Amino acid sequence: MDVRAQVSMTFHLDKCIGCHTCSVACKNIWTDREGTEYMWWNNVETKPGTGYPTKWEDQEQYKGGWQPKGDTIKLRVADKVSTFANIFHQPHLPTIDDYYEPWTYKYSDLFDAPAGDDQPTARPVSLITGEHIDINAGPNWDDDLGGSAIYAQNDPNFHGLTQGQKEAFFELERMVLYYLPRICNHCLNPACVASCPSGALHKRGEDGIVLLDQEVCRAWRFCISACPYKKSYFNWKTGKSEKCILCFPRLESGQPPACFHSCVGRIRYLGVVLYDADKIEAYAAAPEGELLERQRDMILDPHDPEIIKAAEESGVHFSMVEAAQKSPVYKFVKEWKMALPLHPEFRTLPMLFYVPPLLPVLGYLEKGLYNVDAKDYFGSLEKARLPLKYLANMFTAGNEDQMQSALEKLLTVRTYRRAEEVGDVEAGKLEEMLKKTGLTPEMCEEIYRLTALPTYEERFVMPAEHREYATELVNDDPYSFKAEIGIGGFKGRPGRGL
Amino acid sequence: MTSDQLLFGVFPYLCIIIAIGGSVWRFTSDRFSYSSLSSQFLESRQLFWGSVAWHYGILGILTVHLVGFLIPDTILWWNTVPMRMYFMEITGFTLALFTLVGLLLLIFRRLSKSRIRAVTSPMDIALLTVLLIQVVTGLGIAIFYRWGSSWYASYAVPYLWSVLTLKPNIGLVSNLPYLVNIHMLNAFVMVLIIPFTRLVHFLSVPIEFSWRPHQLVRWHRREKIVGPGV
Repeated sequence: MDVRAQVSMTFHLDKCIGCHTCSVACKNIWTDREGTEYMWWNNVETKPGTGYPTKWEDQEQYKGGWQPKGDTIKLRVADKVSTFANIFHQPHLPTIDDYYEPWTYKYSDLFDAPAGDDQPTARPVSLITGEHIDINAGPNWDDDLGGSAIYAQNDPNFHGLTQGQKEAFFELERMVLYYLPRICNHCLNPACVASCPSGALHKRGEDGIVLLDQEVCRAWRFCISACPYKKSYFNWKTGKSEKCILCFPRLESGQPPACFHSCVGRIRYLGVVLYDADKIEAYAAAPEGELLERQRDMILDPHDPEIIKAAEESGVHFSMVEAAQKSPVYKFVKEWKMALPLHPEFRTLPMLFYVPPLLPVLGYLEKGLYNVDAKDYFGSLEKARLPLKYLANMFTAGNEDQMQSALEKLLTVRTYRRAEEVGDVEAGKLEEMLKKTGLTPEMCEEIYRLTALPTYEERFVMPAEHREYATELVNDDPYSFKAEIGIGGFKGRPGRGL
Repeated sequence: MTSDQLLFGVFPYLCIIIAIGGSVWRFTSDRFSYSSLSSQFLESRQLFWGSVAWHYGILGILTVHLVGFLIPDTILWWNTVPMRMYFMEITGFTLALFTLVGLLLLIFRRLSKSRIRAVTSPMDIALLTVLLIQVVTGLGIAIFYRWGSSWYASYAVPYLWSVLTLKPNIGLVSNLPYLVNIHMLNAFVMVLIIPFTRLVHFLSVPIEFSWRPHQLVRWHRREKIVGPGV
């Protein structure tokens, strides 16, 4: 058994208000440079919608992730031979038009325009060429179902839904949306790492953060295609790829990443989980229906003395084991089985888990009148406006039972709290739900507290790494160390090669 | 020292020394700048025709040159039968046409697409110029001075070996036609500019990728750390 620690994440989608504070916090820190304008290491998408880049979930187009091959798996974008054959032109690479051409406005025209009959305007100019452009795409172009006839209707997660279900989505009275904040999943079986010919991408052993060593990157561009979540970006200016670094300089000093820290809805949880690295390949190759269960199996119980011993044997620092024991992610994913990975069928074993949204049941049309079913406002899964199949396509590789089980737990906690607070729950109903979901009143209370009332320390459980001591011991020169981890070490600002 | 001595006896060494020293210097002092500087992300369709034709063409041509350099006698023996020699010449000529078409497409793309112009450096222009001279003179030799494969093996290869063995035999090449001399000297210029252009990307051929495992993990420290127990 090869036990490793992984910084893992849970996003509670019911709590996300779609304010994009996370995206802005990230952008201001990491991607405000030339060449990175279009990069959104953190972005928030409206679902249903096509996302960013457009239709990123459609792997027929983008060739991201892994696919089964006999007993094992292979990268969808290229095997070893075709990597070399396609290195001069990568046939599946998205171009900047799949994202958007970054722009600014020519504000100087407002001041410099000669006197005339018309008001001067600041026209948009491309940040790449400096020429005037017509803006026809941008980040969150389809925010809050904007242009849903074009965007939401082309959501790749609609496959397997009946025509009636699809049409129901777009009846005005039944319109439904929720937000999906996305960052790099820091996968256990990252396709970006596997696809990089240079070996620039790697996983950090200590905490599992997936990093891209820019001094090793040679712009072969396979990571962009291989990542099924499109979270590896190409810097068109420097000719290097870049990706989310999970704010590791902050993490190492015991602070949560900026997007976590700034989250207004407090939807984000960060914690350590322990997993068995020997099982990565076998579990990533599991049949599609088992992927979710297998991924949960991989996460080890940090309270088990055997596991603790094995972790120490494998070189996992005890502070990581301690953190794993208090991990909110472990509770949501493993104990309560409420948090689910996004698109497990991509087989990268993503380590960002989502508690699915339990959208309120709302109105329906009856004889031309708009009715609100107030009696069972929050309580019904059957009348939920989002078809189970749609959510299942996103979070459980299409398995509706697994999705229903997670949603029923959310409902049970709500019913439990309703019984506590209002007391109008029918006798026996709660007991029946508890029995069906396997939850206990104590668990419901704990889920409720961690969902609604968690403190900062309960949401972010991450030990400081004290790398400053380690690096002084191992290498004398902290500046060379800085360069090795991809930050600093440049002579001046990093520029495009000669 | 005559100009021939300067051009064929000194200049090659200058180029090779600067190329090796420069590449090492750039790799150690500014590793970040080692990149193929791909612009496919900004423009993909034209790049396909240009880049694929160019790279496969030039790889073929360089391989043919290398084979001739390593086994010149076999080439001369092969060429003793006219049909075999025609085959050799036509293969080389076709590959060279690929490189020319590819290169022209790449130059056209670089100059005509405003997005690509935005990421074009002066050294890119210099590199494309040197490459164009090389390809055009190479094709010119193939057209105007017949059966280049034979006299490449009889004159250029012994000269190159004499340069490599530090006893440059200038007499072998100084009386060859001007077009041939330009082709040879420009080849050394190509070597010279490796460390100063995006050509460094061919020093970074990711051979290790063919056998490395899928997943890479970097540890900053990994030893058995026994904690206080919990």
